[in-house]
Amino acid sequence: MDLVESPQAQDWPKSLKAETCALSFSYGSRLALKNLSIPVSEYQITSLIGPSGCGKSTFLRCFNRMHDLYDGNRYEGEILLYPDRRNILAREVDPIEVRMQVGMVFQKPNPFPKSIYENVAYGLRVRGTTERSLLDEKVERALRSAALWEEVKDRLPAQATSLSGGQQQRLCIARALATDPELLLLDEPTSALDPMATASIEELLLDLKRSVTILIVTHNMQQAARVSDWTAFMYVGELVEFGLTKQLFTTPIKKQTEDYITGRFG
Amino acid sequence: MLQRHFDEELTELKTKLLRMAGLAEDQIDKALTALVARDSALARRVIERDHQVNALDVEIDEDCIRLLALHQPAARDLRLVTTAMKIATELERISDLAENVCERAIELNDEPQLKPYIDIPRMAKWARTMVKESIDAFVKEDATLARKVLADDDFVDDLMEQLFRELLSFMLENPQTITRAIRLSFISKYIERVADHATNIAELVVYLVEGKIIRHTTPPGASKDGLA
Repeated sequence: MDLVESPQAQDWPKSLKAETCALSFSYGSRLALKNLSIPVSEYQITSLIGPSGCGKSTFLRCFNRMHDLYDGNRYEGEILLYPDRRNILAREVDPIEVRMQVGMVFQKPNPFPKSIYENVAYGLRVRGTTERSLLDEKVERALRSAALWEEVKDRLPAQATSLSGGQQQRLCIARALATDPELLLLDEPTSALDPMATASIEELLLDLKRSVTILIVTHNMQQAARVSDWTAFMYVGELVEFGLTKQLFTTPIKKQTEDYITGRFG
Repeated sequence: MLQRHFDEELTELKTKLLRMAGLAEDQIDKALTALVARDSALARRVIERDHQVNALDVEIDEDCIRLLALHQPAARDLRLVTTAMKIATELERISDLAENVCERAIELNDEPQLKPYIDIPRMAKWARTMVKESIDAFVKEDATLARKVLADDDFVDDLMEQLFRELLSFMLENPQTITRAIRLSFISKYIERVADHATNIAELVVYLVEGKIIRHTTPPGASKDGLA
């Protein structure tokens, strides 16, 4: 028997860092996101789950205006960044400005072909920080936040590519953290990592949420269950269900969600 | 819909639980027969057979732990596995109570029968039906049937109360009957507990189907009809 859509009020985040309001997005003529209204709870982890092609990465990329890089992409609706409820999709908003507030980490570690130090310092230099002692301080802080400092403090000038996959991914997180973003976006950050490296990234995320709001796309349902406070389940560009992770994984409301998280989808 | 190997394992789990329930129900039936027919040999066989139920309890526990560890079930699958684990415990207790009935029956059979046994078999029949229906509700994932079981519990409680008053009158009239009357009143309490365990199973079924935990939700003093 299906659980009918119960009249009881759904749990909803109390304090928001961001929210999408009727967000739609098209790649040219193809509508990839349909009218999504999803809240992002402040200092918590929100995960986006759904089968391949459901639009979860597309959704994530809207948050730092990555789609602006290509012609023909079109946004509709709004993404409001709190506390000032600024619509970061508005024409007058500079995407570079947005990306300073909203950091992003990708599926495969993608360090720059530079030293460990320079990878983290890069964003700071772009923003005009030149003073060496300030750079040193911020690089160390970012590397500590990414739980990488102890492992690399003696080899900061070494090439970033000399690090292991898990270390490289934490370096990318450090790089994203260096500019003090308010929102950190992660697109399947552990899918290229082994279980140990995955566990260390997950631990890291749980530590980080004290200081930064996290929005994560993951294919790994157990990962969503383990790390996130809120979960949004998407299917073919639409939001099927949003709720507390503990609720969604024990008593989902929609049959589609149930089928997906129990592996009956097909 | 995707067919999963996991579904076969869940079906196997349900089958095993059904087998355990059948055994526990049979224990109650035989315990009552041993009492009513004053058959102490049968009572001893029931006591002897309790270990089979215990063994199934352990087996089901191990199966559930394995399913949780290896498949990390979610949603309804998760509720099914955790519910099965708890139901196995309830069934094990039911079988223990059948064993207790037999122990008292053996003691009673050593003395002349105090009175014709009428209410006790009636109570047992109700409790036994509640167990069966709660397990049926589990297998069919039928919350309506589970709620019916919850409502039936009151009747068993009332019968116990009635029997207790009757036994009390025996004891007041003739102190010679006290030992036997107390043993019978123990038996009625055991049966009332069987019905309680059936109620617990029914509550678990409601959780399985609806995801709502309804036990311990009746406010003190309110009617315990379980239809909240």
